[in-house]
Parts: sequence; structure tokens; C-alpha cells
Amino acid sequence: MQLTGANILMECLLEQGVDTIFGFPGGTILNVYDALYDYGDRIRHILTAHEQGACHAADGYARTTGRVGVCFATSGPGATNLVTAIATAYMDSSPVVCITCNVELPLLGKDSFQEVDITGVTMPITKCNYLVRDVADLADTIREAFAIARSGRPGPVLIDIPKNVTLDVAEYAPLSRRDHGVNGHLAQLMKRSSQDFRAPEPDHRDIDRLVDMIRASEKPLLICGGGVVRARADAEFEAFANRIDAPVGITVMGAGGFRGLNKLATGLVGMHGSQASNMAVDACDLLIAVGCRFSDRVALQPSSFAQNAKIVQIDIDRSEIDKNVETAHHIIGDARRVLQLLNERLVQLDHAAWKEYVFSFKTQTEYDEAADRMTPSQVLDAIARVAPRDAIFATDVGQHQMWAIQHLHFEYSGQLVTSGGFGTMGFGLGAAIGAKAGNPDKVVIHITGDGSFRMNCNELATEQYYGLPVVTVIFDNRALGMVRQWQTLTCGGRYSQTTLDRGPDFVKLAEAYGLPGRRVTNAAEFESALKDALDSRGGMVIDCAIATEEMVRPMVNGGSRITEFMVD
Amino acid sequence: MNTINRHTLAVLVDNEAGVLSRVARLFSGKGYNIESLAVGATHDPAVSRITIEVLADDKQARLISDQLRKLICVHSVKRLSAEHAIRRELVLFKVAVKDSDARNQVIQIANIFRASIIDVSTGSMTLAVIGEEGKVQAMENLLEEFGILELVRTGMIALERGQYTIDEQTKEKGEFDYGKNVL
Repeated sequence: MQLTGANILMECLLEQGVDTIFGFPGGTILNVYDALYDYGDRIRHILTAHEQGACHAADGYARTTGRVGVCFATSGPGATNLVTAIATAYMDSSPVVCITCNVELPLLGKDSFQEVDITGVTMPITKCNYLVRDVADLADTIREAFAIARSGRPGPVLIDIPKNVTLDVAEYAPLSRRDHGVNGHLAQLMKRSSQDFRAPEPDHRDIDRLVDMIRASEKPLLICGGGVVRARADAEFEAFANRIDAPVGITVMGAGGFRGLNKLATGLVGMHGSQASNMAVDACDLLIAVGCRFSDRVALQPSSFAQNAKIVQIDIDRSEIDKNVETAHHIIGDARRVLQLLNERLVQLDHAAWKEYVFSFKTQTEYDEAADRMTPSQVLDAIARVAPRDAIFATDVGQHQMWAIQHLHFEYSGQLVTSGGFGTMGFGLGAAIGAKAGNPDKVVIHITGDGSFRMNCNELATEQYYGLPVVTVIFDNRALGMVRQWQTLTCGGRYSQTTLDRGPDFVKLAEAYGLPGRRVTNAAEFESALKDALDSRGGMVIDCAIATEEMVRPMVNGGSRITEFMVD
Repeated sequence: MNTINRHTLAVLVDNEAGVLSRVARLFSGKGYNIESLAVGATHDPAVSRITIEVLADDKQARLISDQLRKLICVHSVKRLSAEHAIRRELVLFKVAVKDSDARNQVIQIANIFRASIIDVSTGSMTLAVIGEEGKVQAMENLLEEFGILELVRTGMIALERGQYTIDEQTKEKGEFDYGKNVL
């Protein structure tokens, strides 16, 4: 049938099973929103306060559901407002498809109103991007974009459509998602040797070699990285760890991939890693990292990282092998499939002595408990007590993020939504709204700091209007705590521009957006506020007054040996 | 330390707008300087071939190849080792010739290097030569005394020796030697 570009876009989104879009309209994307008017019964559109919030929401939706998140934005500033959020999704391998429109083709390249070369801008932060010049290519491009976003190592893809292409008419033939791989450009792509649209089958000789290495090891250590979470390989990873009987260090992105309460978990590894994790990295003789790219926050000093160990990397992305640390062996493949194959070949092992050594160190920081003030750990303990076990947590970036990940024991992949790679302050609220849109039956708790929350708190309007309740817990220390902590430790306490003694009043702010707000100064007040919020099944902003001096502990400085704790 | 060598990468890509910048920015983004770059369509008009030379150690060259393979516009990437590849570039020299004596000397040099003379004017001659760095450098050294007015090079292009092609993934080591001394 003959359809306009805008209608073809809608039909293709339905082909992909898209039911929710986050976005913000504008001049060039007018025709797309006009078409959306007729598809409102099949596609829910959530209008955010800002395009950045829309893309973070699509990201949060993708991370918690495992499906592709979708966002819309107009040309120029609409498109560039997505950039931070696209980079966030790219660094954390989250499948998001961004649809932007651009000025009409004849106006392209003439510095027209609201024109920007967004495909050029987003080249380094997308898996792939497209400028669709011909409406005849539109359907295939959209199908290809979704396939690329979710295949292999997932990531964001951007499609830029000039305004006239959304109005041009072309023949559209429905194609079921099952048949996308046999049609058009995508089918040709799948024949290329360089592209892995289907997860590559792990090399069985590589698997056998790792099994031999595991058998020979006396002090094995596992690292659970973000790849376990993306592959939803929780069960396989847990079986693997139990079978080897090895301690498991968890990265920020890996949180949730291995149950935090499993007795083999040593806690976070790296800069704010537990003593047990970091000492184990230093002492192990075999380190198996699953879906972990050894970023500078994990392998702080690559030359001394796991210096007594053979390092084995299991990753779906070949270009990650040996990128940051030299490895002795690697297996290319989807984490779930690789772990299945390993589990089939492994017998039950026992490493009691090694575990005894590792677990003689602390797996969790013991924070000082003071009676006269509320501490971060009191707040988090209360959350752990009161919140449902399957509650989803979204965080912003900073001290509160590290405290939350150290303290809360996540139980499943996708339970934690956090900006690990890019460290985007202002990520949390949008991501939490997206998580709630994708998981209406789950409680979503947004843990943030006063610095991060000030950045994108405008999305409270979205939360309230669409009935996507999020409980926002602000760790309010009236400072940019993490930067301040660095200033304490490395700048001799010269607190340059990190003091936030200027409001706003977060309770009044919440009320202005039509949401209840509470300010709490002790643990009992917090617990009661959180219970009220959960009982009401609505959103709430809880502003928790904590001391400015609180630090994230332990901490190893960037570039230092992983056992050189600055503070423990 | 790993030794830094000149690596030749042959890359087949979609012949489309924006592809070259996708490939080139990968090098700049990772901090590698491209020593030489040559692009052109192949016998299949939908496919272009890019030959890139980069200074890197072996590990860096492998990583950059793996990262290139992740680009959707890239069909295949092959690292061509010096001993198994034919590398050529075309260089144009515009040389000052102040008198007929100088002109005669330049013509002699051109003959020795099998360079062709493609333009002559009263004060200059333009020579075209095809070869590898060594030959081009030797010719440049000889022409310097006359005064090189301009020099332009196409960038190195390279093909594997023997009957095998860039798409051929499986081949035996010995096959590389086929036809090695023909040229």
C-alpha cells in the first residue's frame, strides 16, 4: 500500500513491537507527530520535559525490559539535546533507537533554521546512524536500525529523516520481524563475515581450554560485568560460580547479574571496591571476567592488575579483548551461551581455603553509625527493609550511586539502572520514568544526590502527568559530594565550587510539580516517609539531610594499585 | 616494549556518503595518525576499497582492525603484511628546470626511475612515478637539487600477492608465496 514516510515509520515501529515512545515534538518532526495522532491507540507517546529526559527514559526502558527503547526528537537543538543521553546508552551498551527529523533535503547544508548534522555529531556515540534521503529506503533502514541496536553488543542507533521524506509517499509492504533478515539491505548485511547479527557460537576449543585452566587453578576469581546483565545470564553465571566455588567481584555495570546476597559475592571491585574484592584480584591465580571491559575504574593500574593471575576475558565484542589489560585467554560469545557450555563441562570444585582467605577481608564497608545524624547507610538499610525485593533502582551519578551499589543487594539483571561508563549526572529521573513505563507492576526507586537531581528534575512533570510514579530519594549533603570527596583527598580540602548551599527547597519543588515532598532528618522519619510513599502507590520526593563530610569508602585512587586504599 | 611498525590495512566499505569519515574518525578518536590513505570504487560500484597505513604496534593494529569490523559500513578488513603484499603509490613531482641542461638531467633521472614526463613548460617539468617509499625517496633526493616546486602523492594502495583476495578467510600459509617474485 502507498503510505507517507511518517506512516511507514509508525508501521515499522509496530512491526518491531514498539508500544512506548518517549519524545518531544517540533517543526521538522511535525508530520511524524501528525501520523502518531492516528496511532495513539497502539503506540503510547510520553512527552518529556526535555529531549535528554526522553532519551534517558528510552534507555531506562531498554535496560529494564531488555527490549529496544525508542525516542523522538526534532532537528537542531532537539537532536543535540539527545547527545549526552545517546553517549550514556553507548557507553553502557543499551539498545536505544533515536528518531530525529531534519530540515527538508533541499535546505540541508544551508544552515537552515534548526539544522544540524546530527549524524555527524553522533557518529562516535552510536553503533550506526542513518540519514534517510529516499522514502523508499525508510522501512528497510528502520528494520536494520532495530536489528543493529539489539544484536551482538547492544547500543544506540540514530535515524535522521529530512522533513520532506516524512511526507513523501512510497509503497509499504508489511514484513514480520521474523522475515526482516531475509529482506533488503539487512539480509545482505547478515551475509557479511564482519557482522555478527546473530551471537557468534563460542569456539568449543576455547571453552575446553578454559575448563582446563579452571581445573589447574587454586585461587580462581570471577568478575561479573555488564555483559552478564545485558545477556540476562544470571542463572548461568550463578551456576558457574557455584560450580567453580570461586569468589565473585561485581562491577558497577554487573550489579544485578550476580545475586548480591550469594555467599560467594565479594562486593564491588575497583575504585570503590570492597577490601575482599580488591585483595582477591591481587592474590588470585586465575581471573575470569565475564562481559567486563576492565575500564579504568576497575583495572585502575593495568600493569599491576591481577598480576599473579592468568586473565581470561569472555566477551561478545572481539575489539574488547586485550584493549585495557593483557589477557591469557579469551572466549568470544554471548555470556549466557558461553557459560552454558562451560557449565556442561565443569565438575563441582572446592576452594575452601582460598575462599577463607578472601572472605577474611570485609565485603562491605562498615560505616560509622552516629546517633545524632542520619547516615547514608541508615537510609539504604531502610530502603532494603521496606522496598519490595524486586523493586527497580535507578541512580544518578556520584556518592549516592556508589553507596547504593555497595549497600543494596541486587537480585536480578536489570534491577539496577545506573550510568556506569559515561557517569551522567541527571540520568536517574528520566531513566526511572522509562523503567516504570516498561515495568508498571514494579516499584521504581530513584536514588539521587542534590547535585544530580538539580540537573534534570524537570522530569517530575512527566512522572506526575503520566502517572509513572517514582520514589525519589535525595541524598542531600548540600554539596557535589563526590567531587568534594576528591577535593578532600587530593586537593587538600580546597572546596572549589562544590558547595550547594543555595536550594532549591526540594519539598516545595515537588509540590510545584504536583507530587508530595518530605524532608527527613533521621532514619525513622525516612522509613516512615518511604512506607507512606509505597502505600500511596504514587510518586514522592524524599529529601534526606545527610552530613556534607560523608565519604564513599573504601577508595583507591585512579592509576593506583588496586590494593592501595586511600581510605578504607 | 612492542615495536611500532607501519601497518597496511585494506578495508572494503559501502560506497556511500559519510563512510570515509566514519572510518577516518575511528583512527583520530583512538589517537592514531593515518600515514597514508587511498580510497576508490572497486569493480563492484557499491563497494569502495580504502587502503590505510598507520604507525602502530601489532596489538594496536589488531585492535583497530577489530574496531573497524564493528562499523556497519565495513564489509571486511585485512591487514596486509609487507612481505605478502604489493604496495604502490603514484607520486607527481613538479621540478624547476632553469635551462636545457637541467631539463636533460631531469629527463635522465626520469628514465632511470621509469617515471613518465607528463607536463613540460619553459621553467618546469612534471614527472609521474609509481612505486614504494624507497624508490620515491631516492627520486626525491635526486630531484631536490633542481628544486621541487610541488609534490603530490595518491597514498599507498596495496593488494595481496597471489590468487587470493581480501574476502578469502581460509587459506594456507604457503599460498602467500605464490607469484612472489613475478613483479
